[in-house]
Amino acid sequence: MNLWLVLTINSIAMGGLLFLLACGLSLIFGLMRIPNLMHGSFFMLGAYLGVTFLRLGLRFWFAAVVAAIVLAAIGFGIERLLLRRLSGQALAQVLITLGLSLIVADSCLLGWGGDPISVNTPPALSGFTAVFGAPFPTYRLVVVLIAVFVAIALWVMIDRTRLGAMIRAGVDDPAMARVVGIPVPRLFSVVFSLGAGLAGFGGIIGAPILSVYPGLDNDMLPLSLIVVILGGTGSLLGAFVGSFVIGFLYNFGQVMFPALAYVILFLPMLVVLVLRPQGLFGTLAS
Amino acid sequence: MRITRKTAVKTFAAAAAGTAAQALGFSIARAQAEPIKIGLLTILTGPLAFGGIQCRQGIELFLKEKNYTLAGRKIELLVADTGGNPAGAKTKAQELIERDRVDFIIGPFAAFEILAISDYLIQHKMPTMAMAGAIDLTARTPNPFLIRASATSAQAMYPLADYAAKVMKLKNVTTICDDFAFGYEQVGGFQQVFAGDGGRVIKKLWSPLATPDYTPYLVQIQGGDGVVQGLTGSNPVKFMQQYASYGLKGKYPVLGGETAADDALLKSFTAEDAVGMINSCPYSLTYNSPSNKRFVAAMQRTYDDVPGLNAATYYIYGMCVEEALKKTGGRVDDKTALVKALRSVSLADSPRGPFHFDEYGNIVGNIFIRRIDRVNGKLVNTIVKTYPNVSQFWTFDPKQYLATPPYTRDANPPILAQHG
Repeated sequence: MNLWLVLTINSIAMGGLLFLLACGLSLIFGLMRIPNLMHGSFFMLGAYLGVTFLRLGLRFWFAAVVAAIVLAAIGFGIERLLLRRLSGQALAQVLITLGLSLIVADSCLLGWGGDPISVNTPPALSGFTAVFGAPFPTYRLVVVLIAVFVAIALWVMIDRTRLGAMIRAGVDDPAMARVVGIPVPRLFSVVFSLGAGLAGFGGIIGAPILSVYPGLDNDMLPLSLIVVILGGTGSLLGAFVGSFVIGFLYNFGQVMFPALAYVILFLPMLVVLVLRPQGLFGTLAS
Repeated sequence: MRITRKTAVKTFAAAAAGTAAQALGFSIARAQAEPIKIGLLTILTGPLAFGGIQCRQGIELFLKEKNYTLAGRKIELLVADTGGNPAGAKTKAQELIERDRVDFIIGPFAAFEILAISDYLIQHKMPTMAMAGAIDLTARTPNPFLIRASATSAQAMYPLADYAAKVMKLKNVTTICDDFAFGYEQVGGFQQVFAGDGGRVIKKLWSPLATPDYTPYLVQIQGGDGVVQGLTGSNPVKFMQQYASYGLKGKYPVLGGETAADDALLKSFTAEDAVGMINSCPYSLTYNSPSNKRFVAAMQRTYDDVPGLNAATYYIYGMCVEEALKKTGGRVDDKTALVKALRSVSLADSPRGPFHFDEYGNIVGNIFIRRIDRVNGKLVNTIVKTYPNVSQFWTFDPKQYLATPPYTRDANPPILAQHG
């Protein structure tokens, strides 16, 4: 196994998985101006629901899509029933997402037990593919393809559709967007629901690599927050680049500076926050 | 004042019969009628609940089996959830000791929890039965009120190293453990015996406790003839899955510590990933002893689950309390005598086989070397070798061992003479 080559490929694979998780968070952060502290919970809940669907006999990809839809519905409900009542009170909203993340964690413990669950790789993708001569797990490559596909789909939506234009307007200047008649609160529901769905989708897509276990939410939330802060909130490109940067930092950092594993991850975030608070690709909020 | 069971029963019967109870007789009756309180410090919520829930099941099974009556005394179990953090452990320990006035504490689960409250427990002379493996609790800086029926972090690693060197004939291994004290002590223990037997640890990898992806560590496993992993919690499942996905499984055999292939964890593995792993544990589901058969059957009946080391250890703590109470005649007021009674417990039949405690309160008993096999589509640990009477000092001279520094992350432990 060529160490550096495999690390490079895996950095990209991990970046892909992180993007599935972080793109929704970035949009939510950008539009609603709140860091959604239950984003890791969406990821974990998606994984657990996916496991249940798999046990019910659904095919892997079908289970992933159904889990995403359920999560989107849950996200929609949370935005409508809880966050909306507190609109304009960012602190209260953040605390609600934090509280919900704890509730989700213990509910999952109750529902699925504390035993970790490993998820089989879809049989067709369980082998190896040679990348520049190095054998690499096929499934991880597929995750990258899925991430790129999702990235393109999101980009088309944000950049080319009316809905996307409204979201962009909302991210750039919510007050002005309201004035010109854009239903910003309704956008909140759409984006929060979309973010939850994507995170849930990422959860089950990641399950054959990460497995599903209590605490998965806490493992993933910090990574997605770093990605978003590094890339810039509300910026799809930022989330995309940020994901791969973190993918590389995680992989190479742990090999080259094992004692500083966390420092390597968080240091770039600190530097960016100090030198460019809006993130690499973010725009300064007015 | 000496209260024997006989007088107590007499007074109690008298009171029950409705004869006028004298002031003295009444107070004695109450002292004996009041249940003995056992405080259970465990983890029921959060990421570590996986192990903590089983601890609770283990002790509850035992008490149910005995109808919550040990040595003629009623037992009340007070369950406290520490949430898996030192502050929570401290708060709950204080509640149990100062508010509920418990007579024993079983737990806590994790090393960082007991280390946070050990001094407090000593202050209150609290007879404590802990799960955590932190070696020095029963070695260099012992807690005189503690017994440990699980094992020190290194205790199961000594026989594993012995087996690796002498039976598997491994020469050079790479180790990977979680980057915290439990990992350091496991690797230190393994290396001390393995190096003494002429083997070499060629690389030590330390992964953070929260490591979603082990690839950066897997790519560093190069050369040598085996991999020793002492991962905990859900990490072994992730690790073995990713280990297999990079095709390493056919290349280097994996040896695991006591938490790497716990019987209760086996159902979480994908069969192809884990089959063949050699691992070492103070408890084994398939161990053939009368009390283990009873215990496993009860566990399956009551919780529809198989027990692992956690449940077994807490079940054994129930046995220890019963034996100790028999020795003190059901008395719990003299803490020093109670701890002495606990430490002198020695049983010929337990779910993990015969055991006793050493002078520091740590268990001396079987360590099982197992291999993960697939039987009827299910993973099971097959015992391939049993090391009897393994103490926390292995076959080293205890004095010599205690004079060496504790195991640390980077230092290689000194080689000590083995007298086995």
